[in-house]
Amino acid sequence: MKRRKLDMAALPGRAAREVDDRLGVNTPLRSLLNKVFPDHWSFLLGEIALFSFIVLLLTGVYLTFFFEPSLTEVTYNGSYAPLRGAHMSAAYASTLDISFDVRGGLIVRQMHHWAALLFMAAIVVHMLRVFLTGAFRKPRELNWMIGYLLFWVGFLAGFTGYSIPDDGLSGTGLRIASAIMLSIPVIGSWITSSIFGGEFPGEIIISRFYIAHVLLIPALLVALISAHLGLVFKQKHTQWPGPGRTNSNVVGERMFPRYAIKQGGFFMIVFGVIALLGGLVQINPIWLFGPYEAAVVSAASQPDWYVMFLDGSTRLMPPWEINIPIGDGYVIPPLFWPTVVLPGILVVLPLAYPFIEARLNKDRRIHNLLQRPRDVPGRTALAAMAVTFWLVLTLSGANDVIADKFFISLNAMTWVGRIGLIILPPLAYYVTYRICLGLQQHDREVLAHGVETGIIRRLPNGKFVEVHQPLGPTDEHGHGTLEYVGWAVPKKMNRLGALGPAIRGFFFPIEKPVEAPVSPGHPPVEPRSERQEVGSGGSR
Amino acid sequence: MTSDTPGGARSRGLLSRLRRARSSPRSKARRRLGAAVRLLAALTLAGGAYTVFAPDLQAQETSQLSAAAQEGKALYDTSCVTCHGRNAQGVEGRGPSLIGVGAASVEFQVSTGRMPLARQEAQAERKPPVFTDDQIQQLAQYVQELGGGPQLPEGENLHRGGDPVEGGRLFRINCSSCHSFGGGGGALSSGKFAPSLRPATDRQIYAAMLTGPQNMPVFGDNQLRPEQKADIIAYVQEVLAKDRDPGGFNLGRLGPSTEGVAVFLIGIVALVFAALWIAGKS
Repeated sequence: MKRRKLDMAALPGRAAREVDDRLGVNTPLRSLLNKVFPDHWSFLLGEIALFSFIVLLLTGVYLTFFFEPSLTEVTYNGSYAPLRGAHMSAAYASTLDISFDVRGGLIVRQMHHWAALLFMAAIVVHMLRVFLTGAFRKPRELNWMIGYLLFWVGFLAGFTGYSIPDDGLSGTGLRIASAIMLSIPVIGSWITSSIFGGEFPGEIIISRFYIAHVLLIPALLVALISAHLGLVFKQKHTQWPGPGRTNSNVVGERMFPRYAIKQGGFFMIVFGVIALLGGLVQINPIWLFGPYEAAVVSAASQPDWYVMFLDGSTRLMPPWEINIPIGDGYVIPPLFWPTVVLPGILVVLPLAYPFIEARLNKDRRIHNLLQRPRDVPGRTALAAMAVTFWLVLTLSGANDVIADKFFISLNAMTWVGRIGLIILPPLAYYVTYRICLGLQQHDREVLAHGVETGIIRRLPNGKFVEVHQPLGPTDEHGHGTLEYVGWAVPKKMNRLGALGPAIRGFFFPIEKPVEAPVSPGHPPVEPRSERQEVGSGGSR
Repeated sequence: MTSDTPGGARSRGLLSRLRRARSSPRSKARRRLGAAVRLLAALTLAGGAYTVFAPDLQAQETSQLSAAAQEGKALYDTSCVTCHGRNAQGVEGRGPSLIGVGAASVEFQVSTGRMPLARQEAQAERKPPVFTDDQIQQLAQYVQELGGGPQLPEGENLHRGGDPVEGGRLFRINCSSCHSFGGGGGALSSGKFAPSLRPATDRQIYAAMLTGPQNMPVFGDNQLRPEQKADIIAYVQEVLAKDRDPGGFNLGRLGPSTEGVAVFLIGIVALVFAALWIAGKS
């Protein structure tokens, strides 16, 4: 029998055909791989959250191999000497074992926690980007809502994860959570006793939180993230306005290979940053907090940063207790307002924001082009206001640490927070609004008068004027006729290429000049002589 | 004083009274004289007994201080008297009386540099001590001899034999609510604070528990027995001070607040730069 030659070059194509014959995936895959993504650094912020989530899944699976979600009392006998012989829950003992006896356990635990903080931080930063650029407008309102819900589901994931090691700090947090639930009028006590299976802390809460933390909430997160990404594919990514970019096209790079390679690289970087943090920076040293006992509380007991604004709102809340004289009297504790009502408002209001804005602007069009924050000063100022509000609350959540380390009275910190919470957000609104208007005006000014060249000319009448370089054709008054299109206006001569090629290189400029082309009629251009120092001519 | 006369008169008077109660009544003048003598005798006895049982009053008048306390008094009269007054009786609005605070209190306040006070403020700060160890002992001796009070056991190492496991439990129940889980201290109301335990010596921690300086409650020997105090000191000095932070840089052991700052300053900043770099390469 004659041996057939194996054609290596045709092998991938043949293999693909065989796969397609059986699965019929070529057409959908082609459109997927050829999908175009616009490229801008701010579009990569959401990916930080996505990649942190992947790290969370990987490290979390490893931790479940060793964690024992049980409040059964055991006597610790592991290798951390200062707790040996102490009585504690099995959950806390197994977390100690993960930290001190499981190979690689501590770094995986720390990576898991850092990845959780990074996940939430990236969600917030990404959400700010989406808000400031108007990417939530029609048709993407639903994706904005999904993304916003992702924050709150991530919040729950973080809180349940913070609670299950059953150390002193997490027990304190759980106690506060039970107090918050108890503060809800009428149903509070029923909610608390059904979640905790009786009085706090009961014996079931760690197992319940565990199943929520490793199964229910991650499943919800995966579902929401899939929907979020699916909608990005379906509705296509937004892009900045600019040359060749319209509301009905997408200019960018194909999914495969360039975009996929870039994203793969970015995943490695995110993983690397989390691994460095997990390996070099200690987080949540549960062995110092000790096992949870009802009598134990530490100074500087804070929740993780994304919960801290609720801690702050609680600290700033005046002790206003409402007594309702029905029957034996009914009390709404002050805790109810900052920890149930405020987050309730914070959940609903941003979900409805895209519709509110569209209604106010009577805007029913479809928007695929982004807006620069300066071009929508009202929205940008609103974001600044929200960030200021959040920042005051978050700083107030750590006000005892700030007071202690910066030698400020804690009472003063509380009052600064209370007054600042009311005064600073409107101030931030006003300042941001004015800055946006100023930036807009400068853009229009450069379009009208051109770029400042730095050349000062003296007119025959003795007047000095600076020469401006118009960006395009001018009318009879010398004013530019270009319209503002919602994208960056060049404001320096370098941007116009007037001062030679821009310096290349990211961290270190590549100083070598581009070689001049050699034409056959002329000898090669001499390298330019060293620059002489510019000085007044007469001194030499 | 005529000590034998009243004694004799008393016995004679008593006997005669017993005798005469049954026979004839005494004359009025003799009864009066007997009453006066008995009163005198009783007063003398009471005064004498008081002198025997309470010698301190006389000691204050006639300087019966030990040599060390005399040295301490000399130091006191130059450095402390302005606020705490003559004989440590305190000055209204400036400094409290030191009668009964004990040597432990003096040793804590002076060896941590809190006394002499730089100025009146919410709370005295730790600073380099003004006096040497010997001088501190002399001052402590003086205040101790003035009014008594709690005293420290001998020796520098007061946690020998202490059990850090039990100490950790006691620390978390009694101390961490103000000094925080890592012993780094924490804020109290109106500019007061619980200081960091890191620079404190065994004797200073012991003295603080015993005397409750400034805002700290007193943990007397009936609240925390001496061996429990040794346990706590063992935990602070052996575990908290020597914990080598197995997880890496400890961010000041301030809990989630600095962790939140770190995730933005390190994590988000690094990754935004990475995003700028990746998006810039096209």
